[in-house]
Amino acid sequence: MEETGIFEIRENCLLVHMPEEVDHHTTKSIRRLADHYLLDNRVQQIVFDFADTMFMDSSGIGLLSGRNAKITCFGGRTIVINANTRIRKLLQIAGLQDQVCIMDEI
Amino acid sequence: MMKNEMKLSMDAISENEALGRICIATFLTRLHPTLEELEDVKTAVSEAITNAIIHGTPADGKVYITCRCEKDIFHVEIEDHGVGIADIQKAMEPLYTTKPEQERSGMGFAFMEAFMDELKVWSQPGKGTTIIMEKAIGFARLED
Repeated sequence: MEETGIFEIRENCLLVHMPEEVDHHTTKSIRRLADHYLLDNRVQQIVFDFADTMFMDSSGIGLLSGRNAKITCFGGRTIVINANTRIRKLLQIAGLQDQVCIMDEI
Repeated sequence: MMKNEMKLSMDAISENEALGRICIATFLTRLHPTLEELEDVKTAVSEAITNAIIHGTPADGKVYITCRCEKDIFHVEIEDHGVGIADIQKAMEPLYTTKPEQERSGMGFAFMEAFMDELKVWSQPGKGTTIIMEKAIGFARLED
């Protein structure tokens, strides 16, 4: 079974519903699909929704910083929503809190 | 319960990353960790197991995990028989990665260091890598 986030396009925004467990295994397919949407739709914002996420390791950091590097090339931005204190802590240790916009919800 | 040990041998495939950290988390619950301690250990072991699977490319295709607890100290060793690390100091630098194309963040060792009390890395090119970590678990101490 392949566990993937569910993608939604809302106007110029790509919404990614992140899985319950974000690790190297689950991020592989999310990365591939997210890049596909980023190139095809010229989205201006990518929103990672962590509402369902109970676990994340540095693979999630790689996924976010990689997508952020791509979307900022097109003048877009990355938004993180519904991140629990644990995920916020990981983003902070990795220095990502200054690069992405962390919000409670959109 | 003062002493306990568990040994696991599993295939070095990414599907097993979750299996490894869930087994270790279950083992750890006997020490009555706080939720934060449990999350710290899960993140650290997930980094080590992922390293073994991605960078180890083990010749025997396995990852070996040994966990021990003695009083309030949790000890874990994650071993692969893969390519090994030539320069351990370099590998441990934050943001350093040999696999930028796979978008490894280079934060693996930084997270292991941040969330565990002790981190030791043994490695020899061509032989493999063993990551040894320890953490004191708080609630177990209170119960003593």
